[in-house]
Amino acid sequence: MGTKEVIITVESIKPKFFEKLIQNILKLTAGTTILVLFLIFFFLLKEGYGIFSYVSLRDFILGTQWLPETTPPKFGALPLIKGSLYVTVGATLIAVPIGISVAVFLAEAAPPMLREVLKAVIELLAGIPSVVYGFLGLTILAPFIKELFNLSSALCAFTASIVLALMSLPTIVSISEDVLTTVPKEYREASLALGATKWETTLKIVIPAARTGLIAAAMLGIGRAIGETMAVLMVAGNAVMLPHSFFDPVRTITANIAAEMGETVHGGLHYQALFGLGIVLFVITFIINFLTNILAADKLGMKRGRYL
Amino acid sequence: MISKRMIEKIGFSVLGILTLLAVLPVLGIIAYLVIRGCAALSWEFLTQPPHNFLSAGGVFPAIVGTLLLTIGTILVALPLGIGTAIYLVEYSERNLFTAVVRTAVVNLAGVPSVVYGLFGLGIFVLMLKLGRSLIAGVLTLGLLILPIIISTAEEALRSVPEDFRHASLALGATRWQTVRYIVLPSAMPSILTGAILGIGRAAGETAPIMFTAAAVYMPGLPRSIFDQVMALPYHLYVISTTVPNVPEHMAFGSALVLLIIVGGLNFAAVVLRLRMRLKRMKLSR
Repeated sequence: MGTKEVIITVESIKPKFFEKLIQNILKLTAGTTILVLFLIFFFLLKEGYGIFSYVSLRDFILGTQWLPETTPPKFGALPLIKGSLYVTVGATLIAVPIGISVAVFLAEAAPPMLREVLKAVIELLAGIPSVVYGFLGLTILAPFIKELFNLSSALCAFTASIVLALMSLPTIVSISEDVLTTVPKEYREASLALGATKWETTLKIVIPAARTGLIAAAMLGIGRAIGETMAVLMVAGNAVMLPHSFFDPVRTITANIAAEMGETVHGGLHYQALFGLGIVLFVITFIINFLTNILAADKLGMKRGRYL
Repeated sequence: MISKRMIEKIGFSVLGILTLLAVLPVLGIIAYLVIRGCAALSWEFLTQPPHNFLSAGGVFPAIVGTLLLTIGTILVALPLGIGTAIYLVEYSERNLFTAVVRTAVVNLAGVPSVVYGLFGLGIFVLMLKLGRSLIAGVLTLGLLILPIIISTAEEALRSVPEDFRHASLALGATRWQTVRYIVLPSAMPSILTGAILGIGRAAGETAPIMFTAAAVYMPGLPRSIFDQVMALPYHLYVISTTVPNVPEHMAFGSALVLLIIVGGLNFAAVVLRLRMRLKRMKLSR
């Protein structure tokens, strides 16, 4: 009797122990995501904080001269921040209205067959690497724009905005379309039953009902535009100076990091300054993400990962 | 007076035209790229290393480098990503830890790729002293696509009907046995779709490997994971911007090869998803 009891307990403990072990391993795995996010921020600070003993945070962000090679070097990031601002605003002005229009067409009016084809095409466009967009912008779009507006060089904020808009369109369209199709059928039916046309229903019922989700889609598109590196590095003109118009060449925060990191010495001021730019970028995207989440975490759900 | 029906027709037509205007030019430009690129493609282009300061020869080391980077990336990201997704869907409780994990995943997804590059440089290249190497690039890219893998795997696991789990648990299976033998097998195709999308993303990324792995020129193939590698996206960037006198057809050829690799992966994912959707429609009928 006694031995049997022991055997039974051991057998029933073992699988329980195994289950517990698996659960803890998985929990640990999930915990790595927190660790990674923390480490990214930690390393940006660790490598970059030194620059703020050379220039104050205020002068770093508001300074108008970025001259890393002069003696003494100057690290004022305003031209870069403004560069990012110009191309992002430009891209947003183009991509958001078009993106939402396309999504409305797909969700409300397109014949099912055309809709599926277009959705597949847009998904494929989302997969094109940014360096290919940059290359196409450089070799095809820029010469075209140069002719069109009679510019001396078309590598400017305007061209970069167009390329960025094309790149963020798939994100905005896919998410907006998802959001629109989740508007309950009853809303549409009630409106149609009252005698409204489909167009009126779309404008006055469906879009207002989907409003927060659409804003969130736009913000994710903007987030993508701010963080984009290669395409803007290739087509924005790469001039580190304060832009005054959309036809001025600019360099963005991201492009500057990519362009200058190769010339730096590990631990030097210039190196630290580029990590300082990384901190600025990290904080900006963190805020955008935070706002998007507050706005519409439930609406975007898990699907957002696909479009990033 | 214009009738309501007319307004409706005009409204939707305008949207339709706008849609075509947004999609067709891009398709046109890509078609142009394909045509120009095809002219550059040859057996030699695909199998020879570049020479004469990248202005002649082929892109073979860059193709191999990109393949090695993507294979390594998926080896890093897939176990971590699927493990996290299983935890979130099958095990997690509503508590602070789960909430923080979710927030972390969302925020990781929003971190710009160039910041991943800075991070990889700081931690893998410099602190862990891996140098600019295949392994440093792989780890950086692996973390970059982690959020994509997690969210697609999560979506896949959630689409497995709750009844499956209940039936398995009712038969006396443990939670892990249920996950291992019931949930994972039925979610696997969707998880793989996400994995393919992730690979496609990793294959095309440039900024994260610029400071961590990519070489402008390598005479041969990397011999160990601690060697630098050439990679197609970086190669395209280099020959189209920084190196003078590279004939344009070389760049178009490189862009096309990259597009074929990435486009092929994405196309595979789309087809896989479509097939699953059809299968599910048949089952539910």
